[in-house]
Amino acid sequence: MAVANRTRYRRALREERPRPSFTRRRLALATLMGLAFVSVMASAFYRQILETDFLRHEGERRFLREREIPARRGMILDRNGEPLAISTAVATFTANPRRLVGNRQAINELAAALDLEPEQLNQRVENNRQRGFMYLRRRVEHHRVDVVREITNRYNLEGIGVETEYRRFYPGGESFAQVIGYTDIDDRGQEGIELAYDQHLAPKPGRRRVIQNGRGHIIEEVEQIRPPHHGQDLRLTLDRRLQFFAYRELKRATLEHQAAAACAVLIDVPTGEILALVNQPAFNPNASRTETADQRRNRAITDVFEPGSTVKPFVVAQALEAGLIRPETRIDTSPGTMQVGRNRVRDIRNFGLLDATGVITKSSNIGVVKIAQQMEKEQLWQMYRNLGFGSRTQIGFPSEQGGFLSHFSRWSNFEYATLSFGYGLNATALQLAQAYAVLAREGSYLPATLVQDQPRVGARPVFSPSTADTTVKMMETVVSVQGTARRAAIPGYRVAGKTGTAKKAGPGGYIDGSYQAVFAGIAPLDNPRFVLAVMVDEPGGDHYYGGLVAAPVFAAVMQAALRLYDVPPDAAQESLFLRASTVQ
Amino acid sequence: MASKKTYNDTLGESKAAGLLVRLHIDLPLLLALLALCSFGYIVLLSAADSQVGQVERQFLRLVLAFVVMIAVAQIPLEQVRRWSLPLFIAGVVMLVLVLFFGEISKGARRWLDLGVVRFQPSEVLKLAVPMALAWLFSRAPLPPGLLRILLAVSLAAIPIVLIARQPDLGTAILVASAAGALIFLAGLSWRLILVLLGAAGAAAPVLWMAMHDYQRRRVLTFLDPQSDPLGAGYHIIQSQIAIGSGGIYGKGWFNGTQSHLEFLPERSTDFIFAVLGEEFGLVGILILLSLYLLVIMRGLYIALRAQDTYSRLLSGSLIMVFFVYLFVNTGMVVGLLPVVGVPLPLVSYGGTSLLTIMVGFGLLMRIATTTRL
Repeated sequence: MAVANRTRYRRALREERPRPSFTRRRLALATLMGLAFVSVMASAFYRQILETDFLRHEGERRFLREREIPARRGMILDRNGEPLAISTAVATFTANPRRLVGNRQAINELAAALDLEPEQLNQRVENNRQRGFMYLRRRVEHHRVDVVREITNRYNLEGIGVETEYRRFYPGGESFAQVIGYTDIDDRGQEGIELAYDQHLAPKPGRRRVIQNGRGHIIEEVEQIRPPHHGQDLRLTLDRRLQFFAYRELKRATLEHQAAAACAVLIDVPTGEILALVNQPAFNPNASRTETADQRRNRAITDVFEPGSTVKPFVVAQALEAGLIRPETRIDTSPGTMQVGRNRVRDIRNFGLLDATGVITKSSNIGVVKIAQQMEKEQLWQMYRNLGFGSRTQIGFPSEQGGFLSHFSRWSNFEYATLSFGYGLNATALQLAQAYAVLAREGSYLPATLVQDQPRVGARPVFSPSTADTTVKMMETVVSVQGTARRAAIPGYRVAGKTGTAKKAGPGGYIDGSYQAVFAGIAPLDNPRFVLAVMVDEPGGDHYYGGLVAAPVFAAVMQAALRLYDVPPDAAQESLFLRASTVQ
Repeated sequence: MASKKTYNDTLGESKAAGLLVRLHIDLPLLLALLALCSFGYIVLLSAADSQVGQVERQFLRLVLAFVVMIAVAQIPLEQVRRWSLPLFIAGVVMLVLVLFFGEISKGARRWLDLGVVRFQPSEVLKLAVPMALAWLFSRAPLPPGLLRILLAVSLAAIPIVLIARQPDLGTAILVASAAGALIFLAGLSWRLILVLLGAAGAAAPVLWMAMHDYQRRRVLTFLDPQSDPLGAGYHIIQSQIAIGSGGIYGKGWFNGTQSHLEFLPERSTDFIFAVLGEEFGLVGILILLSLYLLVIMRGLYIALRAQDTYSRLLSGSLIMVFFVYLFVNTGMVVGLLPVVGVPLPLVSYGGTSLLTIMVGFGLLMRIATTTRL
C-alpha cells in the first residue's frame, strides 16, 4: 500500500512540476547554502589541520604557566642565635566551591581548622556554587596546612589549594629597628642590615609549571622546574638582651631630659664586636610603614657630632706616649681664659694649677691646649686618624658617615687648639666608642664589627700598653667625687670615662642653649671588657651636661652588661663592707 | 514460524507507519532532528560542566520542544494560513510594547513581562514574518507584481527595524534573511536583485553610521581580533584557539582545556561549536555539519514537495532561517563572520530559540504530511 502510494506521489510530482523558475531559485538558494557550508568547513579545516600546531601552542601558553615557588629569606640572629628577623610562612587556602557545596561536614571541619564561622563559610560556598574558585582564608599561620590536608584526605575533597608566602617579622621590635632595617613588599632589603646584606639573606625562589584557568587561578601543579633555595642566615655581634636594656635606658633618658634624639654604642673590648647599638627616636618595624625619616635614622652610625671634651684623654695619651708629660706634670690653667692668636679659649671656671690628671678630671680646655701645644700638629692629626676619626668604620652599614677631620696642613693655631678639646672635627657615636676601645685594649686598634664570622684584621697599636693604662687610670678620676661624672660610677666596679658637652653647630655657627651631652667610658679597669659611648642630642630639661644626662645611662647599661657577662668586680670590696658597717 | 514472524513484523511496521502519518510526523526529519539533538546534547554535557543544573534543564527543554513540535504538526495548514496575518500583527504590537515597557537585560530591551511568563516577542516574528509574507504572496498567482513585492518588503521592514533597535542584531538578521529568502523564492526578478545588491553596497556606509557602537566595534574586531585581545577580540581569539587546538580528532570529551579551564566565554551557549571543535576535532565538526545538512536537505525536499504556494514559500523560508542560524553561528565561531549573538540551533543551551525552531519544524512536518487537498 505504502509503496504504491509513494509511487503515485512521485508521478504526481513529475506531472505537476513547479514552474522552472521556482526550481531554479531553490537551486540558487541551495547553492548559496552549499557555499556557506563549504566555507565553514574550509575554515575549520584550515584551523584544525594547517594552524593546529600554532593554535595548540597558543592554548598551552594560556593555561600552562610558570609560577614561582616561594623561598624563605634568611634569618638575622643575635650573637646567641636569638632571632632578630624571621620569615614566617603564611598560607592562603583556596577551594573549588562546586566540589565542596553540600558537604556540610567537611565545610564545618574546614571552618574549625581555619577559625571561620561554619555558617558563614557554608553561605560563601553556597553563594559561589557556580564558580570553580574561591578563597577560604588568606594569609594565615602555616601550621594550619597540615590540619587542612588531613581533612582534605579524610573527606577525599577535590580542589582545595594552598599557596605559601613568607612574611618578615622582627621580634626585636623598635629597639633593633634602625640596625636591622626592613624589607619591602617583594621582600628585598630596604634599610639597615636587611639592605646591607640583602645578597646574603635573599632567597632564590624555585619555579614550577602549573595549569591555570582563564581567571588566573591555579588548578593543578604539573612539575617543579627548579627547587627553591632559602636565603642564608646572618648572625650579628649584637646581644639581644643588652640591646633591649640599652634601648630602654636610652628611651628613659630621652623622655626624662626631653631630648630630641639619642644613641648609644656598646663594644666588646677584646674583639671589637658591637654588643648594642641603639637609637632614639625609633619605630616599630612590624607595623605598616608610617615612620618618619627622623625615626629611621641609625644615628649611632649616620649622625656626626663634635665629640668635645671626650677626645681630651687621647691628647693626653699622645703627650704621655711622646714623653712630653707625666700624669703629675703641673699645668697652670689660671686665670681660666687663654689667648690663642686672635681668639680666646675658656674653661668654665678658673681651675688654677692642675696636674695632667687634673686636666682630665676637671675637663680643662686650657690645660689640654697647653699640653697639645707641646707637640706637632701632625702628631695630633696622625693620632686621630689612627683612632679611626675621619674615616668610615668597617661595619659596612648603608649610609654610614665617616666624620670630618681636615688635614693638619690647613689647621690654624686656633683650630689646632680647638681640635685638642674636640671642636673642629666630628664623628659618630660608633667612631667614638671604637676609639675608646683602643685605650681600653692596651692601646691597640681593632675595627668595630656588627656581623659575626667575618674575616678579622689584626690589631694595630696606637698607644703603648703602659700609656693606655696610665691614661685610663687618669680617666678614672672623672667618675670620682672631684670629677665631672660621678653619676657614671658603678658599685663594685672601677670605671673610667670622660664627659663631653658640645654646643651644637648650626648653619650660622654654634647655637646658644643647644647642646649634645656625651659620655664615653670603660669598665672594669682590671682587664677592661666593655666600652660604651652615649650621646644625648639637645636635652631640653634643666640639665645638659654630659655628666648629668649621658653618664647615668652609661652607668645603668654598663652595670647590666657587667652582670650579664659575669664580669668579676674589681673595685675594693672593703668600701662595700665599710658602707654596710656605717649603716650599722 | 519464520514466515509468521516476518508477517507480524511487516504488520507492526505498517501500523507504525500508519501512526506516523496520523500524527503528521515526517520520520526522516524526526530521526535527523533526534540525531542532531542527541549529538548536540553530548557536546553540551561537557560544555556546561561548569554550570550546575544546566544539563538537566536543557534535557527537559529538549523533551518539551519535541512535544511542542509534534503538537504544532497537528494544526491543519489552513488554520495556520488563516492565522498568519493576525499573528504577525500581534507580534509587531508586542514589539512596540517592548520598545516602551520592555525589560532591560544586558544593555538591550528585548523582554516582555506578561506577569506569568517573560518572553521575547522577537522570537515570534521569526515565524510570523515568513508566515505573513507567504500568506501575502499566496493570495495571487506568482510571480508577484512590483507593488506586491514592495508591500512585502515594507511589511517585513517594520519588525526588522524594531528588533534591530532593541538592539538585537542577530535576530534582526534572521528575520531579514527569512523575509529575503521568501521574497526571492516568490519570484523577485533577477534584474531587481542586481539593483538591490547595488543599492545595498551603496547603503553600507549609511548602515555603518546607523549601527550602534558595540556593533561597529564587533565588526572592527572581527577584521582584526588582535587589536583588542582582552576586550571584544577575546571571544574570537579564544574560540579560534579552541577550534584549532582540537586538530583532526580533538582532545576528547571533557578534555578541552579552553572550555574547562574557563578561557572560552559563552561556552555552553553561543560558542558551543568551539567546544565541539576542541574536544571532537575536525571529525566532530564534520559529523555535526552532516547532521545539519541532513535536516536541511530533508527540509528542502519537503519544500520542494509542498502542495501549495503558501506551504512552499513558508517551508523554504523556515529552512532558510534555520540555515542562517547555523551559518551565522558557526561562521562567527570559526572566525568567518563578526561576533553576533546567535546560538547554534538545537545545540546551544537555552530554551527560547529552541522552542521557536521546533515550532518551525512542526510546521514543516505538517507541510510534509499534507497531501494535496
